[in-house]
Amino acid sequence: MMETVIYLAWTMAKILAIVLSVVLVVAYLTYFERKVIGFMHARIGPNRVGFLGFKLRGIGQPFADVLKLLTKEIIFPQKANKFLFVIAPMITLATAFAAWAVIPFSDGLVLTDVNAGLIYVLAMTSLGVYGVIIAGWASNSKYALLGALRSAAQIISYEIAMGFALVGVIVAAGTLNLSGIVNGQQGGILNWYFIPLFPLFIVYYISGVAETNRLPFDVAEGESEIVAGFHVEYSGAAFALFFLGEYANMILISALATIMFLGGWLSPIGGDSWLAQPSILWFIAKTSVFLYVYFWLRATLPRYRYDQIMRLGWKVFIPITIVWILVAAVLKVYQIGPWF
Amino acid sequence: MSKIVKYLKSLTLKEIRQGMFLTQKYFFKRKFTVRYPEEKTPKSPRFRGLHALRRYPNGEERCIACKLCEAVCPAAAITIDSEEREDGTRRTTRYEIDLFKCIYCGFCEESCPVDSIVETDIHEYHMETKNKKVITKEQLLAIGDMYEEQIANAREQDKKYR
Repeated sequence: MMETVIYLAWTMAKILAIVLSVVLVVAYLTYFERKVIGFMHARIGPNRVGFLGFKLRGIGQPFADVLKLLTKEIIFPQKANKFLFVIAPMITLATAFAAWAVIPFSDGLVLTDVNAGLIYVLAMTSLGVYGVIIAGWASNSKYALLGALRSAAQIISYEIAMGFALVGVIVAAGTLNLSGIVNGQQGGILNWYFIPLFPLFIVYYISGVAETNRLPFDVAEGESEIVAGFHVEYSGAAFALFFLGEYANMILISALATIMFLGGWLSPIGGDSWLAQPSILWFIAKTSVFLYVYFWLRATLPRYRYDQIMRLGWKVFIPITIVWILVAAVLKVYQIGPWF
Repeated sequence: MSKIVKYLKSLTLKEIRQGMFLTQKYFFKRKFTVRYPEEKTPKSPRFRGLHALRRYPNGEERCIACKLCEAVCPAAAITIDSEEREDGTRRTTRYEIDLFKCIYCGFCEESCPVDSIVETDIHEYHMETKNKKVITKEQLLAIGDMYEEQIANAREQDKKYR
């Protein structure tokens, strides 16, 4: 009995630690995004809000934003389905957070080390689309509905390319366990899976960008066409939840790309020096690079047209992934290189 | 052949890579932002901001209530009432500008035969209630007294182009 209680309390503490750190990272990710995009536009970005009268280059901005959103009114549109309207942002957020349960941050530093971790992550990210569809439908607004339809079609099409890209990793690692996938890449940068599976790596990352509805694939929001898409009717805390879910998903995609193609917490250099030690810092550094690329892409590319997105997903990515799965299978059968 | 080259270029994301290098280059470039309240951009002496009524150096107000500014004002923002003063000169008893109507065109300043009504380069002002939008003769004269040096200086700089 006592053991169960301790186990439960310990698990709750771990969950709380993960959720809190994800929320904090999301808060500063918004600040980081605005700074990076500002720098690329030759602006300086937010630099006003600080702590205790010190500006500190705007480091208090995320907290000001959060406080503003939380104190604002949640407006329910006329004839909106209130229950679904409220529950939609929760679904988005819950699925985005639930997927973090199986992400290994470092060796053994994982909430639940399940065997089918990869499948679980895929399932959770796919479930997130329900939040979007329900939000769009419950809002009783044509822009929201259009945004939801676009978003659903886009997420479902890119899910396939993403899934195929991950099949290559599964073939190489021979396991669905995320820690197992990382441990299969031990021995320096040359042993990481992004070398033999390079096309899959690129396809996975671009699909991830499309999956999270980020630029240049943000037709689901498309400010210039459908105002803000599925969350156009949301305000205040409910909008904040969508925001949180979207950014949590971005971090998740980046973390997964790190785990599956860049060796997770493993160091890029082999040997015995202190730099070669596997550590959570490597994991954070690699994830940050992917997050930076998210914003880099956003600052560089204009929005794709809807038919272009569909063409890219179905006619380019899926054929590439199928061909490269065959290549990976051949490499696996003949046990080529240090990877297989 | 060119078709194949084009296909390979798009497959290897050539143009996207070029664009990304460009944005990365701008990431490190000097930023153009003016940190507004601390830094300010220079203003032209012709800047048309808040209005003011000027005085002669001996303290006599310039305005002779000719009402040319009232007549020329395209937004009908100026209201003038006038009366004869004890010394027999014609002076304004009321000179009001509705700042919400005013379009800051500068016609009043151009029409004024005695350079009385001017537009200063003050643009950082606000009203806290709606009825403060009309500024009275006293306020206009006070602004003129306070910024006379600045106003005269700007007129001096712009004289040869008038």
